[in-house]
Amino acid sequence: MAHGPAKGLGRWLFTTNHKDIGTLYLLFSFAMFLLGGAFAMIIRAELFQPGMQLIEPEFFIQMTTMHGLVMVFGAIMPAFVGLANWMIPLMIGAPDMALPRMNNLSFWILPFAFAILVSTLFMEGGGPNFGWTFYAPLSTTYAPDSVNYFIFSMHIMGASSIMGSINIIATVMNMRAPGMTYMKMPLFVWTWLITAFLLVAVMPVLAGAVTMMLMDINFGTSFFNAAGGGDPVLFQHVFWFFGHPEVYIIILPAFGVVSQIIPTYSRKPLFGYSSMVYATAAIAFLSFVVWAHHMFTVGMPIAGELYFMYATMLIAVPTGVKVFNWITTMYRGALTYETPMLFSIAFVILFTFGGFTGLMLSVAAADIQYHDTYFVVAHFHYVMVAGAVFSGTAAVYYWLPKWCGRMYDETMGKVQFWVAFIAFNITFMPQHFLGLAGMPRRYSDYGLQFTDWNMVSSVGAFLYGGAQLLLLYNIVRTVKYGQLIDDPKVWEGAIGLEWLVPTPAPYHTFVKPPVIKEGAVGAEEWLIDETPSYASYKTVTDAG
Amino acid sequence: MLKRAPALFSSLIATTTLMFYNGVFAKAGDDSEVGGGLGQLNMPQGVTDVSEAAFEVHMLMMWICTVIGVIVFGFMFYVMYAHRKSRGVEAANFHEHLGVEIAWTVVPALILIGMAIPATSALLKVYDTDNPDIDIKVTGYQWKWQYEHLGAGIKYMSEMRTSQDEIWGREPKGEHYLREVTQPLVIPANKKVRFLITGNDVIHSWWVPDFGVKRDAVPGLFTAAWARVEKPGLYVGECTELCGKGHAFMPVVVEVKEEADYNIWLTEKKEEAAVYASTIGKQWSHAELMEKGEKVYQISCAGCHQPSGDGIAGVFPAVNGSAIVNGPADGHIGILINGVAGSAMQSFADQLSEVDIAAVIHYKRHSWGNNVGDLIQPADVLNFKNAQ
Repeated sequence: MAHGPAKGLGRWLFTTNHKDIGTLYLLFSFAMFLLGGAFAMIIRAELFQPGMQLIEPEFFIQMTTMHGLVMVFGAIMPAFVGLANWMIPLMIGAPDMALPRMNNLSFWILPFAFAILVSTLFMEGGGPNFGWTFYAPLSTTYAPDSVNYFIFSMHIMGASSIMGSINIIATVMNMRAPGMTYMKMPLFVWTWLITAFLLVAVMPVLAGAVTMMLMDINFGTSFFNAAGGGDPVLFQHVFWFFGHPEVYIIILPAFGVVSQIIPTYSRKPLFGYSSMVYATAAIAFLSFVVWAHHMFTVGMPIAGELYFMYATMLIAVPTGVKVFNWITTMYRGALTYETPMLFSIAFVILFTFGGFTGLMLSVAAADIQYHDTYFVVAHFHYVMVAGAVFSGTAAVYYWLPKWCGRMYDETMGKVQFWVAFIAFNITFMPQHFLGLAGMPRRYSDYGLQFTDWNMVSSVGAFLYGGAQLLLLYNIVRTVKYGQLIDDPKVWEGAIGLEWLVPTPAPYHTFVKPPVIKEGAVGAEEWLIDETPSYASYKTVTDAG
Repeated sequence: MLKRAPALFSSLIATTTLMFYNGVFAKAGDDSEVGGGLGQLNMPQGVTDVSEAAFEVHMLMMWICTVIGVIVFGFMFYVMYAHRKSRGVEAANFHEHLGVEIAWTVVPALILIGMAIPATSALLKVYDTDNPDIDIKVTGYQWKWQYEHLGAGIKYMSEMRTSQDEIWGREPKGEHYLREVTQPLVIPANKKVRFLITGNDVIHSWWVPDFGVKRDAVPGLFTAAWARVEKPGLYVGECTELCGKGHAFMPVVVEVKEEADYNIWLTEKKEEAAVYASTIGKQWSHAELMEKGEKVYQISCAGCHQPSGDGIAGVFPAVNGSAIVNGPADGHIGILINGVAGSAMQSFADQLSEVDIAAVIHYKRHSWGNNVGDLIQPADVLNFKNAQ
């Protein structure tokens, strides 16, 4: 029954193998990451100094829109779906995802969605120019003709996400190895399970929003058209009912990654496993009831503002629990600082920093001053880039040796980390100052008083872009020329089923499920205890 | 460690907030001079109760976060240093402690309650709706503002005055680059002004940082905000909701005048309107129309149709050589009065006076390669409007 991958292009087109599909997702998301990054470079180049130098204001807002859409839907989300495909079956001892053919479909419709989206830039009238939040009526009555293509591509992305998340839910619920109870699952699996439920809940809401747009534009309805009795503010409620859970969809798997990596390099089990699970669930629940904190200036009654302010502040509690747990995991461990650990520590620091500005933003009276300024831009790049992107990078360095059986160059990894870390802060820290000083976001041009910090930010952005090319170089070099390794464990402190299969991971793993027994043989002596997540296990190695 | 924090917070907050009040970093309220540079780090304190409340709660939150950050990251850095494997430490094996888990759930919750109280009182100031003295209707257009002094019968457009040449670097940028308008909103000092804000086309957002006023201008909806400004001066703000390509080019400028000066201004404005109304019936000469029309064109049309009249291919049609411009006068007037449905060409009927419309149409018909040879009068525009 041992058989390897098919030959040629067909392997990738028709594959139902979770590792192949995971690889496809990761490659696709990296390509989108570079494309979205290129858009960001155009934005920062234009903003390097006041006045219009390189592009038209119209193209500028198309760039801010496409940068947001491509990064959120094309880079970050597929990257974590790719990690889920690769790692969830390995982590729970399953031979593959529960729905492998649907897995193939949910990946292969994505490139078409983005081909459609990006092609709008070349259409007459230009691409989407209404921001990634596409508020009506700018995105309906006043939108370029290409908006219909935008809507279609959003529908495809939504379908892909829904299928992907159904697959993850089905896999986690049905395919866990015997003895792998819910409360023994690695935290990455837990965060993804919860994320998948969020996706299933809110992607249809997004689909509803864009369908209403489609109707308004083409079929004479007036959901969002005030002249026809509709309400533009309704759009914002619908969008943010999707949009706020969406940002947690992005960050929860990142929490999961960091919760795998920090124990490994601390050589100590994750502190407060069950409270981590409950905190994740609490954050997911709260994400549904805070959406209108994005709308504090829209003219809500004070009771609404107060409710959304209090509810938003509450999120700080479970988020704080997670941060404290990570730090306490490190406390009295035996720490080493390989590249994945560096990215994870930077994640904890910078994400927490973004959490602080988030707390400030939750205060409605102050938010009236912050709203739609660069302060918000800085805030969400601290949680999205230093959050999701840093943890994604950490995950790639952490699992790449397992995937390809070759070790990355530690020095180059660390160089890449420090360039990314420093450049990130040069880019986004000044944006806090710009926002507080009064520079609104999505501005193609600005008054002279904002010049200096914009220059600093642009220089940082180019450096940060360079850091990503370095990452690309590191990955390619590792895959092609990295030092060969065959230790299943790869990392001294690594724990979990994925570290029991051979390195590189064979095409088929866990054809026979491993049996996880409480209190039986443990891989490391420091694991022999009631540690819920890592209870010892007896494995059946790969049948191939 | 966290339990002693509140006392520590309050003393730190008190001293540091004072420091900021003394203007170490904060910009002074009068925004007429352009600040900026690398020293510009913080939010302006502003000149109204609302902006001061926002500033205070902003500073409070910032310092609480700073203190928590110092404690948490301080501990983390200590751990990162002290518990390195290279120092020969052995990893411990604990992974649970109910006590600390409860502590770091409860203590942050208490801190949050402490934050919620000042946050609530600040918001109550924002929503102080009592007894406004005057009402100003603010309407957002793509890409300009219209102000109406309700009850006084005065209405005017406020458009950015910075030229396309400055924006595109063909001329040096002035000191007030992107911060200057044709006619600022004028309001009296020491009066509580209620702004009634709405949008004409897409959503805009009217922001004056020094007033602490930011309200979305949503079509089909009125939102309200209030400000009582004591200090006369010029206050500059911006549009803060993406509204299309001109988003960055519709500054908000408010001039606060002493009440007496405000009343004089109001009277002058009314007289001006009366004089203007009388010119509708007047016969305008070619030279007069061209002179006025060019001014109107540069402010209201050149942003899209370009100073050269050539437009931007595929997006904004050229005026130079256009069939409409060179066609019958009524067709051309109709486009300006009614706009073009489903395009960026809006109706100028409420934005420009009959005189302005007549002048700009005449200007377009006799500029660049166009030379129709007729004479467009304000009366023609008025007749067209009345006929509809």
